[in-house]
Amino acid sequence: MTILDTIVQGVLLGGLYALFAAGLSLVFGIMRLVNLAHGDLIVLAAFLILVLVNGLGLNPFLAVLIVMPLMFIAGYALQAVLLNRTLGKDVLPPLLVTFGLSIVLQNALLEGFSADSRRISAGALETASINLGAVTIGLMPLMAFLSAVAVIVGLNLLIYRTALGRAFRATSDDPVTAGLMGIRPRQVFAVATGLAMAVVAIAALYLGTRANFDPTAGPARLIYAFEAVIIGGLGSLWGTLAGGVILGVAQTLGAAVNPEWQILSGHLAFLAVLLIRPRGLFPRAVD
Amino acid sequence: MSLLQLDSVSKRFGALTVADAISLTVENGEALGIIGPNGAGKSTLFNLITGTIAPDSGAIRFAGADVTRTPPMARCLSGMGRTFQIPQPFEKLTVFENLLVAGSFGARRSEADAYDHCAEILVETGLIDKANVPAGGLSLLQRKRLELARALATEPRLLLLDEIAGGLTEGECQALVATIRAIHAKGVAVIWIEHVLHALTSVVERLLVLHFGRVIGIGAPAEIMASRDVQEIYLGIEI
Repeated sequence: MTILDTIVQGVLLGGLYALFAAGLSLVFGIMRLVNLAHGDLIVLAAFLILVLVNGLGLNPFLAVLIVMPLMFIAGYALQAVLLNRTLGKDVLPPLLVTFGLSIVLQNALLEGFSADSRRISAGALETASINLGAVTIGLMPLMAFLSAVAVIVGLNLLIYRTALGRAFRATSDDPVTAGLMGIRPRQVFAVATGLAMAVVAIAALYLGTRANFDPTAGPARLIYAFEAVIIGGLGSLWGTLAGGVILGVAQTLGAAVNPEWQILSGHLAFLAVLLIRPRGLFPRAVD
Repeated sequence: MSLLQLDSVSKRFGALTVADAISLTVENGEALGIIGPNGAGKSTLFNLITGTIAPDSGAIRFAGADVTRTPPMARCLSGMGRTFQIPQPFEKLTVFENLLVAGSFGARRSEADAYDHCAEILVETGLIDKANVPAGGLSLLQRKRLELARALATEPRLLLLDEIAGGLTEGECQALVATIRAIHAKGVAVIWIEHVLHALTSVVERLLVLHFGRVIGIGAPAEIMASRDVQEIYLGIEI
């Protein structure tokens, strides 16, 4: 057990937290909407993957490919039907509505799947690892980290290289003027939430294969996602990855000292960053 | 058939009447100037035409369709382009990206097509050397040019210009007038609100005078400027 090994495990865990946070960061960046049901939506996606894996015997990686478009549609509909109505000058309505949605989701999942703690089985992959001498890297955590990097690279390409991405940024800048340029802001918001939910499906895969989850597991994931976004600085996806890594490393270092300190040391690291850099490590230049 | 037709359009903000039964028509390819003292309701008239505010009564027809209740986005797609008195670029996007947004959504062009088209407009409006600069870093003249360029990128049949020459030096103003003339010469109809009268009258064929939300005169520029009402209300205050 070396400190290097602990740090590497922490970095990989940070990838998972970045996956939790990427969708939250995207939605906040585009429409200044904080989705308090984000964690519960991750758990919902995990249950959907579980149903496909246990019910149809699908490979979890195949199952996530089916759940991603389903979650995209769910996210699009959620934004178009519900969340668009809450957007405005007042920041309270979206918070109240998504808080309510969080409670509804938890109770619906409880009703549908009971309070039992569940896990998605990934077969032999779960225990597979790469031995690098001093450090042993689990294959699933490594894949979670690489997926996080891929998601962030992909989202950045989308945002900075495509017409849709320009519509995201233009609408984020000024929805009224964007409308005068032929953009439908509400549709743009719906697509953004749909994308965030597709990312949530990927996060759900690694959540469900890494550890047990149950219908009430959402809020804790939301907290980690939040902390990753805030540490990284609002609006920067690479910052969100850095935030996730800092959180992950703090947690594994804390756990190495005393397993009871894992969660606490993550929160302490978050507070420390807020004290030193109140706007996060990589805030957007203008905002 | 007229390109734009306003039929007795009215709008009140509380006790203040900002548009009082305004009727006017603009033909394809025409250039109409709008003058009037501050607070006469000129920008409000643009907001009514582009759909950012809805009239209390009256009807607006554009390109043969009733657009009275149509959202701004749809009016943009049917061929209305607008510049703002206070330029409102997407500050974090580059100048070129600002145009691309208008080109790919307002004019429904494919990516490659929009690139070529927007590059041409940047040349036409003298912004090509600023193409990759974030719009937030532009000077006033450049911002005004960007407003014009972005409106053009939506490929309007009707271009609404809101005090685009205000605050510019004489030389800058002349260059801008030349650009607007060139756009008008291509057959784009223009409605232009402006206080800089010599710039306005060198382009427009008709002049409309607005006062407390009412049309108090419309006709050939020389005729309007000679009218007693206009001299009292408008020139008396402004000059």
